[in-house]
Amino acid sequence: MSYFTQNSLLSFLGYPVSLQTFLPLSAPSLHFTMDWQGQKLAEQIMQIMLLVFAVTAFVAGYVLGSFQMMVLVYAGGVTLTGLITIPNWPFFNRHPLNWLDPSEAEKHPKPQVTVSSKKKGFKRTIEPAHRLDPSLPTANLVTLA
Amino acid sequence: MHSFGYRLNGLLTFAVTILALMCAITSLSDNFNTPSPSAEIKIMNINWFQKQPQGHDEVSLTMNVSADLQSLFTWNTKQVFIFVAAEYETRKNSLNQVSLWDAIIPAKEHAKFWIHTSNKYRFVDQGNNLRGKKFNLTLHWHVMPKTGKMFADKIVLTGYSLPEEYR
Repeated sequence: MSYFTQNSLLSFLGYPVSLQTFLPLSAPSLHFTMDWQGQKLAEQIMQIMLLVFAVTAFVAGYVLGSFQMMVLVYAGGVTLTGLITIPNWPFFNRHPLNWLDPSEAEKHPKPQVTVSSKKKGFKRTIEPAHRLDPSLPTANLVTLA
Repeated sequence: MHSFGYRLNGLLTFAVTILALMCAITSLSDNFNTPSPSAEIKIMNINWFQKQPQGHDEVSLTMNVSADLQSLFTWNTKQVFIFVAAEYETRKNSLNQVSLWDAIIPAKEHAKFWIHTSNKYRFVDQGNNLRGKKFNLTLHWHVMPKTGKMFADKIVLTGYSLPEEYR
């Protein structure tokens, strides 16, 4: 498969694709972590699925008059939920954070600590200089007045 | 939920907590069951009635216990423990209870039954008060659940009495 088609297939599956990384065409591996959005999604899916399976299991057990049926349905539900939410599936990594390449970071100076003296005190600002994409959320500036 | 182990732990903890809740609700659902059991005990024969060497009275009797306890079973019932007790009053004790026979009913199919048996446990008095004694036979049952609260109740059958003289 050509590199181009491999890349488009991987981006379709949700793998973060970049020129620098050569990604294996395989199931989720521990090399990939979830991004923040993915973690939130995984937690939400887990909670909702477990609650839905609990209600389903109870109703099934009550209607059938079988305690064993309730436990079996619930156990199956827990296993299914585990299979969906625990491994690092690619669809949990659709909003990856684009960290700056190390060679680029060297081109920008380290954070400056500017000390401007005033009559009543001094003000310190720390500017983040290591993010390339200004649209991504940045940490709050810490200011001591 | 950051890493694999983190998520696994979170899932298992939440799953077990919800399971505990399900068991609690299951036990609460037992309260909606209104049982209507019936029972009958006939004393077929007084086998012997003697005063033991230690001085206490003892009776051996054969009884026929028939009961329909099927309405006690719910989906959350593991088994029903039943026992027959003789209850009577003496000068010394206002209530004497002596267990004569017991059984475990494991399933609803076995809950409608009759049994012809002599008393499994000895009917011994604290003293010599049994001659001519009027007593009740009470059928107690304990509905033991798979999870949660155990229910216990009884049926009191009156009108039984022992012979006036030893045999």
